[in-house]
Amino acid sequence: MTVFGIPTQALFGQLLIGLINGAFYALLSLGLSVIFGLLNIINFSHGAQYMMGAFVAYFALQWAGLGYWWSLLLAPIVVGLIGMTIERTMLKRLYHLDHLYGLLLTFGCALVIEGVFRHEFGSSGLPYTMPAALTGGYNLGFMFLPTYRAWVIVFSLVVCLGTWYVIEQTKLGSYLRAATENPALVQAFGINVPRMITLTYGFGVALAALAGVLAAPIYQVNPLMGSNIIIVVFAIVVIGGMGSIMGSIVTGFGLGMIEGLTKVFYPEASNTVIFVIMALVLLVRPTGLFGRAS
Amino acid sequence: MAGAATGYVATAEVPAAQVLRHQAIGFVVMAGFFAAAPFFGVYPVFLMKALCFALFACAFNLLIGYVGLLSFGHAAFLGSSGYAAAHAAKIWGFAPEAAILFGTMVACALGIVIGALAIRSRGIYFANITLAFAQMVYFFSVQAKFTGGEDGIQSVPRGTLFGVLDLRQTMPMYWVVLAIFLLGFVVLYRVIHSPFGQVLKAIRENEPRAMSLGYAPEHYKLIAFVLSATLSGLAGGTKAIVFQLASLTDVYWTTSGEVVLMALLGGIGTVFGPVVGALVIITLEHFLAQLGAWLTIVQGIIFVICVLTFRRGIVGELARIIRKPL
Repeated sequence: MTVFGIPTQALFGQLLIGLINGAFYALLSLGLSVIFGLLNIINFSHGAQYMMGAFVAYFALQWAGLGYWWSLLLAPIVVGLIGMTIERTMLKRLYHLDHLYGLLLTFGCALVIEGVFRHEFGSSGLPYTMPAALTGGYNLGFMFLPTYRAWVIVFSLVVCLGTWYVIEQTKLGSYLRAATENPALVQAFGINVPRMITLTYGFGVALAALAGVLAAPIYQVNPLMGSNIIIVVFAIVVIGGMGSIMGSIVTGFGLGMIEGLTKVFYPEASNTVIFVIMALVLLVRPTGLFGRAS
Repeated sequence: MAGAATGYVATAEVPAAQVLRHQAIGFVVMAGFFAAAPFFGVYPVFLMKALCFALFACAFNLLIGYVGLLSFGHAAFLGSSGYAAAHAAKIWGFAPEAAILFGTMVACALGIVIGALAIRSRGIYFANITLAFAQMVYFFSVQAKFTGGEDGIQSVPRGTLFGVLDLRQTMPMYWVVLAIFLLGFVVLYRVIHSPFGQVLKAIRENEPRAMSLGYAPEHYKLIAFVLSATLSGLAGGTKAIVFQLASLTDVYWTTSGEVVLMALLGGIGTVFGPVVGALVIITLEHFLAQLGAWLTIVQGIIFVICVLTFRRGIVGELARIIRKPL
């Protein structure tokens, strides 16, 4: 069976890989968007925090014997707390300055974190075994679907849509959106905005860590895994429009699939296709597909 | 970045002639330092690397210090020019001056394309977009045939400058690099202190107001961007000829981060800051190169310290103490 002269096996296989990448892109750009919405900074440590999430899963298994399911809970909490510490001790001091300083600070933090892990663990990957319950796969007739990959896609979708629901549809989310618009006024209504900022940063970072745990069994646990993916995610955030929650979810999955399709039809361009799309989007809509004019 | 937070010291209270005089003194001190250093036991090859990065950092500083645009993708210009110069010298047999000029022109062309797209945004968006474009250039360099992939372009001939000066010797090469650096520095200095430069500063301080006075900020920003890209290219082309190598490191985002660090440490928006910053960072790299990941850690720590407590940078702080813009 072929479609456009491409065997369906290869086509759907690449689409699946695209969806998987899209799941990671969506989770990471969602975290970036949540942080950007309230703090107005681009979190350059996001990749490092994603990597730390994967390492927490690795440590939990190696040192404490805690498996994958525990890590899904543990890693976001641990890395989120580390993130909140960074926010409380350092980022907080920069809010009165140009937001570019926040970017530079998180970039510096990313260098330190990645440097420390690279010093301890080198640049080669460490293996992380897949949980037994998620091994195997389904034969769908036209392709083979590994269980773990299906799990990543579904779980990521659930987390993304859950986050969207909380921010757009609940009272808590309305505080957050209000603080994004006018923090001073929200503070005047008696809401502790600085604490909300800390928790928001922690939450965004926790999403990155969660993505790291999901990635651990597929990719190896590697100190450099974050820096490879994060620049692509930055481009995706630009395409989606910075600060847009739904925008980052849709563009995350969408661009993952486009990347996958490019691998089938024109493999040479698969690394650059997202950047080319970014350039085109910038020409037509400088604020991104879902962004509002700043 | 807003002027108040950078090393920029308002020149309004210091008469222009006086500014010119002590910046001229600074220039003589700097040129004297680089001219004398090889005779005091500093390796010329090390100094040439520092000079190339100093020019790179100065070009970068034109954007961040005087237009307020943080580019996180300047490695694209350094690296692409390096590849172009190396290819021209090695495969096409260009003389070194022609190879460097060719590399510079490639960086200039790339600057026009990327600049035209990126200049429409500002702040964090601008940083993100330039980073993404630089990464695109990186992936192109990984895949393209002529760049040699992971190996880069090796054993590029240094050649003979204008057919008379043999650059295979270290010292002639050193004087050429010093001359190129000083030329680039003077060009930037003239740009910063020209009426054009004044408009750039006006745009940095208050873009709507500059626009209301009849200046088109987009044009000024684009010209500044292309100038910055071109001089980064000059640094990159020279670097490729000096080290006889063009490699992926020069197009990678770590190099873009490094040049930010150099400008930040030396003093954003100061004339001499990027030179001092480049000298410090290259020295640091020289001594920490053996320690691998430690270099990254130390660079990260310097970043954090600079951003938190030392935002004026070395030269910026110095300028504040002596109360004169440097």
